[in-house]
Amino acid sequence: MLVVEGVGAAYGMSQVLSEIALTVAAGEAVALLGRNGVGKTTLLRTIVGLHAANAGRIAFDDDDIIRLPAFRRARLGIGYVPQGRGIFPQLTVEENLSVGASSLDGRKPSMTADAAPLYDLFPTLARLRSRKGGVLSGGEQQQLALARALIGKPRLLLLDEPTEGIQPSIVQEIERVLGLIRSELGVALLLVEQHLDFAWSIAGRYYVMQRGTIVRTGTTATEGPDDVAPLLSV
Amino acid sequence: MSETTLVAGQLFNGISVASILLLAALGLALSFGLMRVINMAHGEMLMMGGYLTYLSIAVFGKGAGFAVGLVVAFVGTALFGALLEITLIRRLYGRPLDTLLATWGVSLILQQAARSIFGPIGVEVTAPPWLSGTLSLGGTVMTGFSIPGVRAFIIVLAAVVLGAVALIIARTRLGLLIRAVHENRPIADALGANTRLVDLAVFALGTGVAGLAGSALSLIAPVTPTVGQSYIVYAFLVVIVGGLGSLTGTLVAALLIGVFSATAQIATSQSFSDVLLLLCVIIFMQFRPRGIVSQGSRALEET
Repeated sequence: MLVVEGVGAAYGMSQVLSEIALTVAAGEAVALLGRNGVGKTTLLRTIVGLHAANAGRIAFDDDDIIRLPAFRRARLGIGYVPQGRGIFPQLTVEENLSVGASSLDGRKPSMTADAAPLYDLFPTLARLRSRKGGVLSGGEQQQLALARALIGKPRLLLLDEPTEGIQPSIVQEIERVLGLIRSELGVALLLVEQHLDFAWSIAGRYYVMQRGTIVRTGTTATEGPDDVAPLLSV
Repeated sequence: MSETTLVAGQLFNGISVASILLLAALGLALSFGLMRVINMAHGEMLMMGGYLTYLSIAVFGKGAGFAVGLVVAFVGTALFGALLEITLIRRLYGRPLDTLLATWGVSLILQQAARSIFGPIGVEVTAPPWLSGTLSLGGTVMTGFSIPGVRAFIIVLAAVVLGAVALIIARTRLGLLIRAVHENRPIADALGANTRLVDLAVFALGTGVAGLAGSALSLIAPVTPTVGQSYIVYAFLVVIVGGLGSLTGTLVAALLIGVFSATAQIATSQSFSDVLLLLCVIIFMQFRPRGIVSQGSRALEET
């Protein structure tokens, strides 16, 4: 479903990604691992369309999307939960969701019909629907960021450290929801994660990045977190 | 004419000037707040609105002409703004200095075009009969004080437009996307919002409102090729004092600046009142560098 081939990207003159090759099949969950600063977030941003690639090919369902602006990619079915969650602080929970529904191409979202399943999935958000995004706790914001990506009915969801700075009970909740959206909705996941246990509980395959390129890949069924830990330790 | 009526009259003039400033500044505040674009040709949108009003009256006559002129001025300048956004401004995003120079060039071209078409001397727009009366408040301390119909109309027009813009931003789908893009453009983009279309709509709305300001202005002053220039500086002051991208701030700042210059002119000359105004703005900016309402400019520090 997602095929990344030979992709490179730069900040100004410094090349931060080179020769990235990565695939995610429909309904699959893949973890992207690596230390801080190796380019994981940049890779996600490049796939989403927020950072320009300067080499290679990105295909989604056989369409070459590398030249498309971010909103077109979102409308093709790529959802994004950014690092730091990216909630609009002055918009209410409901309004945040409504912006997320922009990727339902060409039709006006109905907040009763489109938002209802997400309020079922995240009962916390239903209670907070008229609160401003900026006053929510980190865990609530993370749930909102997930719901906001899901309301656009993505077929591939990119998650950038969804458990960063979040209390354990919410991490479990997020794990449950990610499992649910894979099994119930068949959404594929590409997950950037620091916590290996969390990554292993969700993903079937993994990639490890070092200095802007992919150095190792494997399946979580045959290898344990200990096998990749040396590549990630500081 | 007593002292009170003189002051009241100037105060009223100040508020009507403030109304035009508000309309002129609304578009600037919107497009700078959202797109970080400084449009030097914004003053010429006033000028264009004025000439479009003049043409409408020439075609449709005195009575209906002005009403048609308001619509033509809004639609015409909005369309021109859209054209400008697509052909020029969109290509210069993230390059504020280039945008500044390019739009300044557009401003010069438009001024010269107006000079070639309409001549260097202004054209007069006579107020339609339904606006030419006055409201007088006789029999009170305000004896001798009367409100000209055109000035009252300008104030009402500005209030209606401000209300409409506020409603669009607070209640419509477009408004929601405007607020989202204002807070976090990349995320809005990644969520599927067509941010370029939002930019285009905001820019066209802003220039259209400036066209309306020009239409209103034509009621109280002749329309000249450089009429925009005399208002654009004040409009920029309003945006800066008001705080970026805040409607409330823009409203308060327009009132302050309009009333300030009108009342200062009771005591002194036009140019000295400008000196005083600029001094006050400079001092004000020392204490509140982000303007009256600073919430909207958070995006500036984060980028």
